[in-house]
Amino acid sequence: MANVFAYAESRGGEVRKAGLEAVTAARQLADQTGGGEVHALLAGAPGVAAQAARLAEVGADVVYVVEHAGLAQYDAESLAATAAERIRAGGYRAAVFSATTQGKDLSPRVAAKLRAALAPDAVAIGVEGDAIVVRHPMYTGKVVGTLSIAASPALLSVRLGAVAPAPNAKAGRVETIQPAADPGASKVRVVELREGSKGKIDLGEAPVIVAGGRGLKAADNFKLVDELADAFGNAATGATRAVTDEGWRPHSEQIGQTGRVVSPELYVAVGISGAIQHLAGMRTSKTIVAINKDKEAPIFKIADYGIVGDVFDVVPALTQAVRAAKAAH
Amino acid sequence: MKIAVCIKRVPVMEVKFAIAKDGASVDETGLKYDVNDFDLWAVEAALQLNEKNAPGEVTVISLGPDAASEQIRKALSMGADKGVLLKADKVPGDAFAVAEALAAELKAGAYDVILFGKKSIDFDNSATGAMVGELLGLPVVTGVSKLEIAGGKGTAHRAVEGGVEVLEFPLPAIVTVDEGLNKERLPSLKGIMAAKKKPLETKPAQLGGAGVTVSKMELPPERAAGRIVGEGAAAVPELVRLLQSEAKVL
Ligand SMILES: Cc1cc2nc3c(=O)[nH]c(=O)nc-3n(C[C@H](O)[C@H](O)[C@H](O)COP(=O)(O)OP(=O)(O)OC[C@H]3O[C@@H](n4cnc5c(N)ncnc54)[C@H](O)[C@@H]3O)c2cc1C
Ligand SMILES: Nc1ncnc2c1ncn2[C@@H]1O[C@H](COP(=O)(O)O)[C@@H](O)[C@H]1O
Repeated sequence: MANVFAYAESRGGEVRKAGLEAVTAARQLADQTGGGEVHALLAGAPGVAAQAARLAEVGADVVYVVEHAGLAQYDAESLAATAAERIRAGGYRAAVFSATTQGKDLSPRVAAKLRAALAPDAVAIGVEGDAIVVRHPMYTGKVVGTLSIAASPALLSVRLGAVAPAPNAKAGRVETIQPAADPGASKVRVVELREGSKGKIDLGEAPVIVAGGRGLKAADNFKLVDELADAFGNAATGATRAVTDEGWRPHSEQIGQTGRVVSPELYVAVGISGAIQHLAGMRTSKTIVAINKDKEAPIFKIADYGIVGDVFDVVPALTQAVRAAKAAH
Repeated sequence: MKIAVCIKRVPVMEVKFAIAKDGASVDETGLKYDVNDFDLWAVEAALQLNEKNAPGEVTVISLGPDAASEQIRKALSMGADKGVLLKADKVPGDAFAVAEALAAELKAGAYDVILFGKKSIDFDNSATGAMVGELLGLPVVTGVSKLEIAGGKGTAHRAVEGGVEVLEFPLPAIVTVDEGLNKERLPSLKGIMAAKKKPLETKPAQLGGAGVTVSKMELPPERAAGRIVGEGAAAVPELVRLLQSEAKVL
């Protein structure tokens, strides 16, 4: 029986979907290795402890809470030291992080501090014999590797959407701990956080993504994409490299080989040809819809549903229809 | 400034991969290779930093087989000054093993800045740069899309969930490069000629054991061919119906 650690990502005092999924993944591993405890680490500005209950709901037996004004924002150096110290003290079989920007920054630091093995960006996790195994997309998603870690602690980062949080209430006993390193002493300092548009859903977390390509012709026309995303209500917006190169959208919205890798429930590709470098970032989406005026466009080869047509004609109609469907609920 | 850039030899991805007989690697037959995309931007960043803060020296380091000297030569032909090949016939999938070998080489170099790509597009570990930072006890900034160095200190922008962080850090430091920082220059004919005479040292990579083993590689299941619902706005009602009743996403 082995205990498993989870780093529960939060932002602005709130646990992220990523944090709930990390705890869920840890719960699954703990259950598969004989039903040990899940210990979550939750860090943030004073007040973040109130979020511990949400981690208990998805399977945390213990929540270690670090509250510090210097942790209102992600502080890599302090958090890596704190996570490493907790993992060392806890003697865990595995430690789960999220494969988000934050998690991908944090997990390798912790791995190196512990000289532990890290299996990154897992789309599936499990136990085979004595080893922790994960499935990890490689070669721009064209190959899937099975990575296996025999020694403890096995560190892993889990891609958003790889596990679905489900009610599995545990005690979630809160233990307050101190940061292992003072955030104020970190060598790298965040001097400014330029926030994106408020209320926008993170690309990684969004159940629906509406992405636009060069077929939209101009930056202004992205209002079609924004409006469709709005109609869904739970959608983020994405773009191709052709679009970010033009400066129509910021690079942070780029999806693909050199952009973000996403896996939403629904991906709507608007005026996107479907170049393989773009597919590298979205091919694991559950349902793909494509709207393109060229019926030979490669995007139709991987789309579940396609409409051959002009985006300026189809997208406004779809926006209206989605709005109507949502209103009918 | 003394700058080091770690670059990886990776296959050109516009192919259909096959799995090798061992079942745990890709079949290399017929593959072409290039410098990892992100690492080209790291090389470009190094060259630009030194053009601004001359004089300086850019060293490129790659851990890989003999053939990785081609990728080092490419960086030299772009304008880097010297290369080091840490020879390993097989590059481990374990980022920490690679990080240790790179750190062993970087430790003695007294570099002001060490640049990495944000990720390698073949193994996609997104880990090596940050691990080397820990091993060398240096500050690390990952996924940088804007970088300035002046007066012994650096300023960088990085996209995070929900916005962009502006960061300051002291030198020496490790920076991993995201797309958007720059566009890499093409090697000039003159650069290609000059690169042939630049120093390229080869030594064995100090690889320890790997904690992560790649026990299997497979091709992902093909997506079942989809269907064209119809043409133009007239097809929208049918699409919405399918999204509701079949895909159940609306
Ligand atoms: C090393 C490398 C890395 C790359 N990384 C990425 C990456 O991360 N992400 C990425 O996206 N790309 C990436 N690319 C670029 C990629 O190869 C393509 O160039 C890019 O994805 C094309 O974007 P697009 O589909 O918007 O444009 P295009 O290929 O120009 O396609 C536009 C589409 O819009 C359709 N269209 C035009 N007008 C209309 C209309 N009125 N109504 C409906 N449809 C219309 C056209 O039929 C066409 O299919 C990379 C390339 C390289 C070499
Ligand atoms: N074999 C290697 N040789 C030199 N640099 C490497 C090697 N592997 C990874 N790197 C560097 O580490 C970065 C991140 O790689 P990875 O952690 O594998 O995603 C790459 O962009 C390179 O800068």
